[in-house]
Amino acid sequence: MFAIVESQPLVPNLYRMVVEAPPVAAQVKPGQFVIVQAVEFGERIPLSVADWDAEAGTLTLIFMEVGKTTSALAAKKRGDALPTVVGPLGNPTVIEPFGSVVCVAGCYGIGSILPVARALKAAGNRVTVAIEGRSAYLLYGREALRGHCDTLIEITRDGSRGFKGHIGRLPEILREKGVTADRFIVNGCTFLMRRASQVFEPAGVPVIVSLNPIMIDGTGMCGVCRLTYDGKMKFACVDGPDFDGRLVDWEEFLKRRKQYVDEELIPVHHTGHTRCY
Amino acid sequence: MSEPTTPPKKMNLNREEMPKQPAVVRRGNFMEVALGYPLETARREASRCIQCKKPLCVAGCPVEIDIPGFIRHIASGDLPQAARVLKSKNCLPAICGRVCPQEEQCEARCVLEKKGAAVAIGRLERFIADWEAAQGTMEMPLIPKSTGKRVAVIGSGPAGITVAGDLIKLGHAVTIYEALHEPGGVLTYGIPEFRLPKAIVKREVDYVRALGVDLVLNFVVGLTRTLDQILDEYDAAFVGTGAGLPWFMDIPGENLNGVYSANEYLTRMNLMRGFLYPRSDTPIKKQTRVAVVGGGNVAMDCARTALRLGAAEVRIVYRRSRQELPARLEEIENAEEEGVIFEYLTLPIRYNGDDDGWILNMEALRMELGEPDASGRRRPVKVEGSEFLLPVDAAVCAIGNSPNPLIPRTSAGFEIGKGGNIVADPATGKTAKDRVWAGGDIVTGAATVILAMGAGRVAARAMHEYLTGEKV
Ligand SMILES: Cc1cc2nc3c(=O)[nH]c(=O)nc-3n(C[C@H](O)[C@H](O)[C@H](O)COP(=O)(O)OP(=O)(O)OC[C@H]3O[C@@H](n4cnc5c(N)ncnc54)[C@H](O)[C@@H]3O)c2cc1C
Ligand SMILES: Cc1cc2nc3c(=O)[nH]c(=O)nc-3n(C[C@H](O)[C@H](O)[C@H](O)COP(=O)(O)OP(=O)(O)OC[C@H]3O[C@@H](n4cnc5c(N)ncnc54)[C@H](O)[C@@H]3O)c2cc1C
Ligand code: FES
Repeated sequence: MFAIVESQPLVPNLYRMVVEAPPVAAQVKPGQFVIVQAVEFGERIPLSVADWDAEAGTLTLIFMEVGKTTSALAAKKRGDALPTVVGPLGNPTVIEPFGSVVCVAGCYGIGSILPVARALKAAGNRVTVAIEGRSAYLLYGREALRGHCDTLIEITRDGSRGFKGHIGRLPEILREKGVTADRFIVNGCTFLMRRASQVFEPAGVPVIVSLNPIMIDGTGMCGVCRLTYDGKMKFACVDGPDFDGRLVDWEEFLKRRKQYVDEELIPVHHTGHTRCY
Repeated sequence: MSEPTTPPKKMNLNREEMPKQPAVVRRGNFMEVALGYPLETARREASRCIQCKKPLCVAGCPVEIDIPGFIRHIASGDLPQAARVLKSKNCLPAICGRVCPQEEQCEARCVLEKKGAAVAIGRLERFIADWEAAQGTMEMPLIPKSTGKRVAVIGSGPAGITVAGDLIKLGHAVTIYEALHEPGGVLTYGIPEFRLPKAIVKREVDYVRALGVDLVLNFVVGLTRTLDQILDEYDAAFVGTGAGLPWFMDIPGENLNGVYSANEYLTRMNLMRGFLYPRSDTPIKKQTRVAVVGGGNVAMDCARTALRLGAAEVRIVYRRSRQELPARLEEIENAEEEGVIFEYLTLPIRYNGDDDGWILNMEALRMELGEPDASGRRRPVKVEGSEFLLPVDAAVCAIGNSPNPLIPRTSAGFEIGKGGNIVADPATGKTAKDRVWAGGDIVTGAATVILAMGAGRVAARAMHEYLTGEKV
């Protein structure tokens, strides 16, 4: 069992959990993920590692409550434990001195982009981080991010903080700020990653996205995480999760993520537990 | 091989039938199909063995169980002794008795097979293993004084369990590392409950744990730690990571929703207990027309699982004919009885879907058998213009698995074969990498439980010799 050291709501629908997993904490790199179970025999779900402390042997996970497993996780308290935390899975995000890197994050990705920005900065890049959300009260982690980037840009749809609008405005904002990108790295929900891949396409540089398909084992055994990338079949858990968003077959990807929506509603009906998201 | 003993004049050719759940009943539940011999039936069947002086069956067994020996003790009613004889060679008899392809191994060589009535060796093996378990007290071997040596076993499938059990009985400290949250390998995540109850797998795993083997779950060697890091802490390591990488056919439409790898289909069902959904957490679709591509045990398991999930029509789509089906005969017959439809000489070429990305049908071609190929089986050739559409709402691809490259990719020093397998000396299991042995599907490619177990035995012996300088 993996002991939970901290667990608290972060902003509405998003939770932060610190869990003990010393071997994972000793080995993990930015961009990797773990698979967790909330209960014995429970579904295995992938979550990005948002931070870690190798000495304390702990991992920080940030997750959005969207269904049965994430609800069960949200209900966990300090002192509870998870039956499974396995990883670090997937390939680390490629960190090199690229020059100028623009990191874009929304939703849970605001958590998982932090170690990426930190490593990019340490590798000598000029790092711009843009975080986006519906409203100011949904943005988090700004203080921590500020310490690891040259420029922090905030975008809210209602304009309650930073720039008003959505990710589509970012190229214009970057131009205003005189930032040119040698690489984009996007973490967050599928729609953000797809939209970003389209919006940044004209820049002619890689748009790295951290894909979030349905997974089971996370080691290449089941193939449920497959996608079409540059015309070829790839398994996100072992070939990714990072891919160049310009080459992802997004339409297929989005359809595959929706495979179980009908079934996923059953437990919600059973427990009468519903949430807006 | 010398001549077998001439069979005595009066041979009993009444092979005892295995009691089974009736087909109409069992296709609606997930409980075990074969119910096992009652004692009297087992003794009757055992007494059919003519006790050849030079038994050919033993040579047909990959681990050379003293078959006439344990059968003689059943016939005479000395069941504890039968169990001892059996387990001196096979540490997983309850499993092998259920899943070994006996008709190609021991039973194929039985002298009575010439009369079409081989002794039911597999069923007797199962009988003894189940009898022993039912006594509640497993005989625990004496564990010798610790040798002070530490061994890491990677993977908890039949190969890994065997190595761990054998080495701990020789006084070494053993840790098994397993990537998944449950031990057992394919026995747990692949082979369904109705063919191999998970309680039996658990019993075998509990046994090696009771002997003192340390089992670490949720630990992916190569990611959580590399094999080289592990070797820093252990004197030797055994890699038994199996052949878990699913093949797809590389035809259009394979990424449609409703198209599964056999591994996904079976893992959802078995490891994740999808058949209990929504009481369990991992969803599984209830589909009505299911096509399973392939003809091995894996394909039979998928097809029969689909029936039990309530599908109205389940087809096996296989490109050769019935004679070439690689599955165990018993499972083919079970599938036929349960109502699985067999589309022989048929090759899928494309899946077509709807606008939401769900599969609508399988486009396929008919084949005919041509000249024999390298494997001696007649090569299927396409019949021009024979394309047709098979409406389905699920297709399961069960055409094979290859070894997982994770460990050789993250630790240098292995020799890798053509199929991505780790090369190991068949006589010892030794790999090209210092202090590392390997066995089971990772070496042979997808094979059988008994071969994995046998490879584990061989490696354990060689590892012991390396660790202590003594022969077993
Ligand atoms: C590499 C990777 C990293 C991820 N990192 C994070 C993260 O850091 N924080 C976060 O909140 N979310 C993350 N996700 C998404 C997260 O795994 C899903 O939100 C979660 O599985 C939903 O489970 P549920 O039971 O609560 O919801 P459900 O009701 O079961 O599902 C809601 C939706 O989530 C998706 N989903 C369902 N099951 C799975 C599954 N087993 N694997 C993946 N997606 C599934 C489907 O699109 C589904 O429609 C990540 C996904 C991947 C692949
Ligand atoms: C559906 C199905 C039905 C079958 N039916 C039969 C049958 O009827 N009769 C028969 O004889 N054979 C059958 N087989 C084949 C048989 O199950 C295999 O040959 C046998 O299980 C191989 O054993 P193994 O120990 O080599 O590997 P596996 O059983 O594959 O076990 C390997 C284990 O290693 C773990 N692992 C992998 N990589 C790592 C890593 N990096 N770190 C840690 N752990 C890791 C895996 O999670 C797994 O638990 C069937 C196979 C399948 C899939
Ligand atoms: S999650 Fe199973 S292969 Fe990727």
